[in-house]
Amino acid sequence: MNQWEVVIGLETHAQLRTQSKIFSGASTAFGAEPNRQACAVDIALPGVLPVFNREAAVCAIKFGLAVGAAIAPRSIFARKNYFYPDLPKGYQISQFEIPVVSGGGLTIRVGEAEKHVNLTRAHLEEDAGKSLHEDFHGKTGIDLNRAGTPLLEIVTEPDMRSSAEAVAYAKTLHALVTWIGICDGNMQEGSFRCDANVSVRKPGDPLGTRREIKNLNSFRFLQQAIDYEIHWQINEIEEGRKIQQATVLFDPDTGETRAMRSKEDAHDYRYFPDPDLLPLEITPAWIEAVKAELPELPQAMQARFVTDYGLSAYDAATLTATRETAKYFEDCVAAASRENAKTCANWIMGELSARLNRDGLDIAAVPLTPTLLAGIVRRIADNTLSNKLAKEVFEALWAGEGKDADAVIEARGLKQISDSAAIEALIDEVLAANPKSVEEFRSGKDKAFNALVGQVMKATKGKANPQQVNDLLRQKLG
Amino acid sequence: MINATLKELSAALAAKKVSAVELTTLFLDRIDRLNPVLNAFVSTDRDKTLAMARATDASGKVGASTTPLAGIPLAHKDIFCTEGWRTSCGSKMLANFVSPYDATVVEKFKAAGMVTLGKLNMDEFAMGSSNETSFFGPVKNPWDTGCVPGGSSGGSAAAVAARLAPAATGTDTGGSIRQPAALCGLTGLKPTYGVVSRYGMIAFASSLDQGGPMAKSAEDCALLLNAMAGFDERDSTSLERPAEDYARNLEQPLAGLRIGLPKEFFGEGMDTDVRAAVDAALAEYRKLGATTVEVALPNSGLSVPAYYVIAPAEASSNLSRFDGVRYGYRAPEYGDLNDMYSKSRAQGFGEEVKRRILIGTYVLSHGYYDAYYLQAQKIRRLIANDFAEAFKQCDVIMGPTAPSVAFRFGEKSADPVQMYLSDIYTIAVNLAGLPGMSIPCGFGAAHSSNPMPVGLQIVGPWFGEAKMLNVAHRFQLATDWHTRMPAGL
Repeated sequence: MNQWEVVIGLETHAQLRTQSKIFSGASTAFGAEPNRQACAVDIALPGVLPVFNREAAVCAIKFGLAVGAAIAPRSIFARKNYFYPDLPKGYQISQFEIPVVSGGGLTIRVGEAEKHVNLTRAHLEEDAGKSLHEDFHGKTGIDLNRAGTPLLEIVTEPDMRSSAEAVAYAKTLHALVTWIGICDGNMQEGSFRCDANVSVRKPGDPLGTRREIKNLNSFRFLQQAIDYEIHWQINEIEEGRKIQQATVLFDPDTGETRAMRSKEDAHDYRYFPDPDLLPLEITPAWIEAVKAELPELPQAMQARFVTDYGLSAYDAATLTATRETAKYFEDCVAAASRENAKTCANWIMGELSARLNRDGLDIAAVPLTPTLLAGIVRRIADNTLSNKLAKEVFEALWAGEGKDADAVIEARGLKQISDSAAIEALIDEVLAANPKSVEEFRSGKDKAFNALVGQVMKATKGKANPQQVNDLLRQKLG
Repeated sequence: MINATLKELSAALAAKKVSAVELTTLFLDRIDRLNPVLNAFVSTDRDKTLAMARATDASGKVGASTTPLAGIPLAHKDIFCTEGWRTSCGSKMLANFVSPYDATVVEKFKAAGMVTLGKLNMDEFAMGSSNETSFFGPVKNPWDTGCVPGGSSGGSAAAVAARLAPAATGTDTGGSIRQPAALCGLTGLKPTYGVVSRYGMIAFASSLDQGGPMAKSAEDCALLLNAMAGFDERDSTSLERPAEDYARNLEQPLAGLRIGLPKEFFGEGMDTDVRAAVDAALAEYRKLGATTVEVALPNSGLSVPAYYVIAPAEASSNLSRFDGVRYGYRAPEYGDLNDMYSKSRAQGFGEEVKRRILIGTYVLSHGYYDAYYLQAQKIRRLIANDFAEAFKQCDVIMGPTAPSVAFRFGEKSADPVQMYLSDIYTIAVNLAGLPGMSIPCGFGAAHSSNPMPVGLQIVGPWFGEAKMLNVAHRFQLATDWHTRMPAGL
């Protein structure tokens, strides 16, 4: 495998979060009865005409700004002509020669390594309807609710070199489009789907022949499909066969890809500018207005978390995985004070994240508010709580017990014992009761010391400050 | 009454000398009597039409100053979607299609209180210059039923010429209002591209199509255009401009008017009888105080080839929706999906439509696009520039509308190129997006023993509709060609 270099480019269709369709007034909401959200324009009655929904352009501008791309002052809608029952007009309105967004890129992270993936373009287009092949007794049903839903097709350069990089890119892109609010990111409903162009070559050789895997709607399938495809292509070449350019489908049940159509029967889409639509003109003033409503972007926020809060790059990246997580973190820090930022980060990435996973909850809807977590953090910072006690308080608050950390501490008597005299008295008792351990420690066995600490902690029911116990015990024994 | 102008009908209705129902009945009776010969209407519905007339009589719109056309019947070219009416576009493909909605133009005329008299025959999908491509059979020219009425708005032209309707709507992609108006002795106007909404007007070539009025006089056309024109947010190519009264300049004297005569329009190819009538009309204009100046449209020779790339290209895509899946014709028997497509389209479309779909598909194909479509778009710009240059020297441009008077059935149908040349003088106007008119200016007899009408084409600068109408109206005050009516009707 090492002698082969893998080359991957991705095309992603992100469904845009507009209220109505890209060229009609019909709703884009998911899940309605078939054909209830398809108006005269969507079903392509004779005589109807498309009218562009400017909200879709706002989404494209946001995306262009977020990836540092050029936004075309004048882009053109074109017709992509082909026949299919769920394509009512017999053509899809898309952009061809002049897309709305060109260039830009995304920084992805695979393990500790960072990599920049360049974007070729992003263009606006309409989605097709759906063909339903079940439940119609050998016939095909057509649901045109999705027809005309706005899409942004985001195309990368062939910059990725492994399925891991492709998945990292897809996840980063997914996080970005949901972060800036242009896509709901729901992959099961098809709001975010990827096509992967995969080829292999010997390092230094020109690009190999690519095959395009269509319509991958989960990160896992993306990884599996690419891995299978790489394996298949290398095997073909090593057995002396040539790769033919083709479009393939991934079957999640078998884990294999299979050719759908070859280059020979590829469509000639006969693109030409749509005479029903004017060019999409985007003025600098419009771009400025959109920029003003754009949230702080994840990469800028990561950099700020590192400088302002002293977080590691890894922590900053984890906390900015979604806008909701980042907001939770910042709200928590605001309530717990800035010098406790690292503790807030640890609790969010550790205990909170584990709990959310276990209970299948979303951070935006979690009952344990950032203020409540900040209450725990503050009590750790002032030594009222040990880590162990803090976890108990966390459990209690998670279960809805007590109005805040202090109330739980009070009610359960969890206050850490920091009174030196009290701890010293307990140490004396423990030393008197464990002469053997004292003996062992004095003869050089460090383990014995830990055993004595354990005994003291046990005597305080875990409420003593462990550091303080350590210090006092050493004094006594020293 | 059947020869009355719209203004006269409006006055008679306002004075209650006649009701909308009575007026409508008069025309319905004429349709019943004469349409079997002329085949101008493809759909009529007496009950529905009379119900609309009754509602109009009761509506208070008749006689109101804001709705001067209320109560007057009007027929629509069958390319305009009309709610509850079959809208066939002259095709077997849509012979079973009842529109669930109104085109903007239809809606506007309804709002104006006009009564829908029926739907008018046309060349299939507006592709033709003789009405011989209609699935419903050709329309006959009322001046000689052995001759074509022109096309594609041939049903509109024949209906108004035979006084089956006081006025009609038409559409013009390469001359489809002006050429049949010329061949039937009517006044027809194609507005500047974007003045009349295309919403609900079944698309042939989107960048060229424009709806317009067909009537007996320029004054009637002005009133109809007032009701028809205007910005429509449902059509992205509709132009957002303040509303204007197209009749406001009708009476202006023509002294000092500069008429441009493109030398390319007066060369070979024009029949002598047409030339004589056009020359006489120009002499009349000079009498009215106008001067003529020769202008050049050096690229106009390229307009027919450019048009027959652009229009079929757009049509090939526009007609893709007629696939037998959701509405319209579906072949009764087929195998798989592709077979359903090919059988439905092979059986549903006529020869001329298929020819243009093939031409359009070819010129848009990979490897040919640059050589044909892009090249044709460049020519289009050159032609528009030619006109812009010419209008620096004149206020309107004039010439023949068509190279000959109405020809006989079958005379050109075997040779598509000969047929395409019927529109040689009108096509450039569509490519440039300019407004154009045809008005009757005499008679010729090259193709018939009957006197057959000759049309004079008037082309205005962009948004020059009011000027063109003024120029046409003053001519019609001085002449009576537009009042002539076919014999025996």
